[in-house]
Amino acid sequence: MFKILEPNKIFQITSKAPKYILFLFVVVLSVGLTEALILSPEDYKQSDAVRIMYVHVPSAWISLGIFSSITLLSISGFIFKNKNFFLMAKSLAPSGFVFNIIALVTGAIWGKPTWGTWWAWDARVTSMLILALFFAMYLIAWRIYEKEEKVFKITTFITVVGIINVPITKYSVEWWNTLHQPASINILTKSSIHSSMLFPLLLMTAAFALFSLLIFLMKYNTELIKIKNKGLDRL
Amino acid sequence: MINELLFMNGYAVYVMSAFGFTLLSFLGLYTITKLQFVKEQSKFVAKFGSLNPEKANSAKTQRINKEILADATNN
Repeated sequence: MFKILEPNKIFQITSKAPKYILFLFVVVLSVGLTEALILSPEDYKQSDAVRIMYVHVPSAWISLGIFSSITLLSISGFIFKNKNFFLMAKSLAPSGFVFNIIALVTGAIWGKPTWGTWWAWDARVTSMLILALFFAMYLIAWRIYEKEEKVFKITTFITVVGIINVPITKYSVEWWNTLHQPASINILTKSSIHSSMLFPLLLMTAAFALFSLLIFLMKYNTELIKIKNKGLDRL
Repeated sequence: MINELLFMNGYAVYVMSAFGFTLLSFLGLYTITKLQFVKEQSKFVAKFGSLNPEKANSAKTQRINKEILADATNN
């Protein structure tokens, strides 16, 4: 069923794709940075501090998306007994973790001029911190357990427990009184953000998504070569 | 305009540190991932080189091994 995803078949693509993705990332990021730092307007309330949104929000979105993907891949790996799914999940984790840290740090930097504090135990900030802990546990599990069966079980368990935190993060601003404002961008209803701010936000999100794809491919190729190295040892 | 960009109504220090931290994190993650890739690739090439011709030919029948070697040569 998943023969098309076999490492032997897709390495030809995954080994060549990073250079094109890197080029595209640099182009989109350059345009995104120009829009975010120069061309987009300042906010009437937050003034230029609003520009932090262009790195903070995409990082948070992508880290949540990556954690959800890791969970889906891990569960699929178990259901279909396919090791490749676990390999893909493992390759996604480093960029997810880094984006999660970026969201936390840039959020703290944004908090100082807008809330007057670097840190608040606000529901969304706390749930993002918990997500970072799940990412860390997931990455540590891959490092400390050597037996494949065991590491597959433990990492899947971590993601299945951790995924409960994803909707909590998303809806925390609606369920509790938090310092964070409610969502400004809605897919189903009209967004409250002006197009002059939405455009750079989407551009930066595209750039960050390309970067996570680039890291994923590089990491995935590294994992495939590691397996091939073990294969050569057995020859 | 350059003054506006540098000052940002007094928020430049926050904005630039947020963007700077993001870009440095990108650079760090990219460098670490690239180094790990190059290390594994070099290990593969070294191991492949130490195989006797018969085993090397047998290993070369796998397309992925050929791809890794070709990629290592290109880099």
